[in-house]
Amino acid sequence: MGFETVIGLEIHAELATESKMFCGCSTDFGGEPNSRTCPVCLGHPGVLPVANREAVASTILLGLALRCAVTPRSVFHRKNYFYPDMPKNFQISQYDVPLTSGGTLSMDMEGYTREVGITRVHLEEDTGKSIHIGESGRIHGADFSLEDFNRAGIPLAEIVTEPDMRSPEEARVFMQLLRATLEYLGISDCKMEEGSLRCDANISVSVDGRPGTKVEIKNMNSFRSLFRALSFEEERQRTELGLGHEVVQETRHWDDAAGVTHPLRSKEEAFDYRYFPEPDLVPIEPDLEWVEELRGRLPELPRARRNRFEAEYGLPGEISAMLTGEKALADYFEEAVASGQDPVALAKWIAGDLVALLNEAVVPIQACPVHPRGLGELVALVAQRIISGKMAKDVLREAFETGKGPERIVREKGLAQIEDEGELEAVVDRVIEENPDAASDMREGKEQALKFLMGRVMKATRGKANPELATSLIRKKLSP
Amino acid sequence: MSADIPYKDALSIAALIREREISALEATEAFLARIEEVEPRVHAYINLAAERARDSAAGIDRMLQKGQALLQHRYAGVPIAIKDVLSTKGFTTTCGSRILENFVPVYDATAVERVSEAGTVMLGKANMDEFAMGSSTENSYFGPTSNPWDLERVPGGSSGGSAAAVAAGEAPWALGSDTGGSIRQPAALCGIVGMKPTYGLVSRYGLVAFASSLDQVGPMTLNVPDCAALLGVIAGHDPRDSTSIQQPPMDYLGSLSSEVRGMKAGVVRELSSEGIEPGVLDSFKRAVEVLEGLGVSCEEVSLPSFSYGLSAYYLIAPAEASSNLARFDGVRYGFRTDAEVDDIWEMYDRTRAEGFGPEVKRRIMLGTYALSAGYYDAYYAQAQKIRTLIVRDYGRAWESYDVLVSPTSPSVAFRLGEKTADPLSMYLSDICTIPVNLAGIPALSLPCGLSEGLPVGFQVMGPPLAEQKLLDIAYALEQALGFDALPPVASAGEVA
Repeated sequence: MGFETVIGLEIHAELATESKMFCGCSTDFGGEPNSRTCPVCLGHPGVLPVANREAVASTILLGLALRCAVTPRSVFHRKNYFYPDMPKNFQISQYDVPLTSGGTLSMDMEGYTREVGITRVHLEEDTGKSIHIGESGRIHGADFSLEDFNRAGIPLAEIVTEPDMRSPEEARVFMQLLRATLEYLGISDCKMEEGSLRCDANISVSVDGRPGTKVEIKNMNSFRSLFRALSFEEERQRTELGLGHEVVQETRHWDDAAGVTHPLRSKEEAFDYRYFPEPDLVPIEPDLEWVEELRGRLPELPRARRNRFEAEYGLPGEISAMLTGEKALADYFEEAVASGQDPVALAKWIAGDLVALLNEAVVPIQACPVHPRGLGELVALVAQRIISGKMAKDVLREAFETGKGPERIVREKGLAQIEDEGELEAVVDRVIEENPDAASDMREGKEQALKFLMGRVMKATRGKANPELATSLIRKKLSP
Repeated sequence: MSADIPYKDALSIAALIREREISALEATEAFLARIEEVEPRVHAYINLAAERARDSAAGIDRMLQKGQALLQHRYAGVPIAIKDVLSTKGFTTTCGSRILENFVPVYDATAVERVSEAGTVMLGKANMDEFAMGSSTENSYFGPTSNPWDLERVPGGSSGGSAAAVAAGEAPWALGSDTGGSIRQPAALCGIVGMKPTYGLVSRYGLVAFASSLDQVGPMTLNVPDCAALLGVIAGHDPRDSTSIQQPPMDYLGSLSSEVRGMKAGVVRELSSEGIEPGVLDSFKRAVEVLEGLGVSCEEVSLPSFSYGLSAYYLIAPAEASSNLARFDGVRYGFRTDAEVDDIWEMYDRTRAEGFGPEVKRRIMLGTYALSAGYYDAYYAQAQKIRTLIVRDYGRAWESYDVLVSPTSPSVAFRLGEKTADPLSMYLSDICTIPVNLAGIPALSLPCGLSEGLPVGFQVMGPPLAEQKLLDIAYALEQALGFDALPPVASAGEVA
């Protein structure tokens, strides 16, 4: 049997506007429960929503970035269902006339490009947050539930893709690229842990080209859990199909700790949402001038930047993808490039040692203690052979830990390489004299002896000898 | 002096206070005394705000004494009744429902804010059909209101409390709300003036929603000049209501003119023939003749889509209501069941089963059904098409007529309990008023005579934002008709 996995995603991104979608409350994360609320976002009797223009702008911007068309006249709908963290027991969302629709996002996979269709990008309001107290931790079987409405009414952009992804890996790459896009646009905090970026997936497995049954997966709170959940589900469906079983159309919950998906109870899944146009809001008719102004605000997007980094700086694809995957990292790189040093060397330092140091210290690149200029100094010190590559690693670590510039560290510690041929020749002569066996091995053409002698030279100079100069001196003196 | 104050119109009371003939507190006390006298028979109010009213009247008197009354305090010290569907900060707002029996809002509706800024004094919250659903005020959880013209009869609804309060001299004027006729029909049945403004002219912020696309706040008054004055207070753009119209402030009262010669009126055939009580029709036709005498040419016009108005309304309004009323769930405020429940779903069920009355439940079920998957196109979408047809019919009519006229209600006030067992016959009470809401246009009802001793209402409808024209025609007609009958309850106190 020929299996093919088919995946579509539905992503919710909280928009980083000053105020909520339909009232003036602050959108800041945290704060005492229910401190960021008002009669409107609490759904008091008689209140009315007023749409946040900035949220509309952000959504249009995202739609444009995903090559969507902007709808000339789009409409808010009410999505009706009862849940205690929904103050009105309906969510103001969009239904058949979203703000933008019909786009694509291209992603570069290893060896091929995948075009993922964007069905729509629309705007809606977030719900509050429930904490269910009781054994189950779910609303069913809860003794009681705590409700925090600080999040209720925060604007959410919903991005729905076509079922164009063919593997869990593609889904992960898509999410990373989408997150980078949101970040480049500066419209969302994109923190999956804080829930400002959330993702549900539809996955089916087709057999010999016959479409499979779609299963919806919820509760994936990181890129890793998205990948794991989809891999688990892909395998589960293939096994079912391999056994000749039907895949049941349902919504399944990803249990990250157990590493499995399991079906949701019926009351938590498919409702008849009874969508109808929200009568308290007027249709949104973005005028063309405004849309063009927004289009003019589009920054260089991750994929374009990646391609430019490859073309302009000669970066290898993998490093370019990594740097451009996070806007701040790419910005850091370009600031470092401004130092005039070799871009490839700079990129390698960032992608390698610097990112490792950042991860180790759990520090974001924005707070990196090593200034991009400092990284330029480091690369220059190596290029000018003032320090060796190996020494540079230590200097970078020290710069990261102390915040001092690499030049200053090298100066203060006297770490500069011995570049002076006369000075180094004296050391080499002494080493040859002290190690006659190795010297004669070398004369006989035994290359291992070179390493030994180099080690001695390094030891004698406490690592400061320019390795290439020292090597050529040894070779000259002990040539067979 | 103060015994004469009730039944003085609001503008006269405003003038008396302004000229220091009486104090604001005296005006308030006079109405409170009147309320004490007739309220046991009429029951126009759900909650009285006697102490609050005395305090605010006294405050206005202090301001007047110091000469601090501002220009905006146009109606300083004039008492007012507020339909209990408008949010009043710090004062119970029940919507006539058990589910909000003890609910105290934290904010004022825009209309309430504006009447308060104009210096009026709220006497209390007027009775109404639960969540404004009904045509008789019998659907109030707090008991029905009686019609001051015949205590055995209904005042109409849903703003029956506001209408009865004005008709019984328990307030000089009142605010109501009109979704399918809820201002005009009770105004007609109680013999007062009531106006539903153009959709969007008066902010709905703080008006507890029944059917958002149809609801509108409006004035209920003793006469047309009061109506123009109160409309001038509450009309105007409000950034808190997205459906609010951007419209410069209008001085309806200052512009009021009874010069209507040369205007053209269309008499809507569909609303003035079949199904209208003969007595109502007679009184209406006599008023049309009076109108012609004023130089307004009147001719019959057919608006065929109107026959579907009622059906469309009873899909759209319940559909919106089913969603609007979902927030009353016992989670955050209002009534919650005392019953032991197993989970939140049962808490919802019990709270709503116990908190809502039968008519509200009927409409929630109707609306839920109309919006359900598989039925949406057949019901809700179809009803919206009829709505479009009605808008078009009106649009065509405005090409030929300045206004359209019809009786406001197909009957005079009916007996309490007469229609409660038959919701359909109750719904038919709104047959003449509903098309106006579906089209979002303004309409006004004024008394045009009596049939069997009970008031008959005359409805004038106009194109969007033609309030001034409606007021002018009504003003001319009011003067020509000279309707000045008072309900028996007006003197009943003295008889007793």
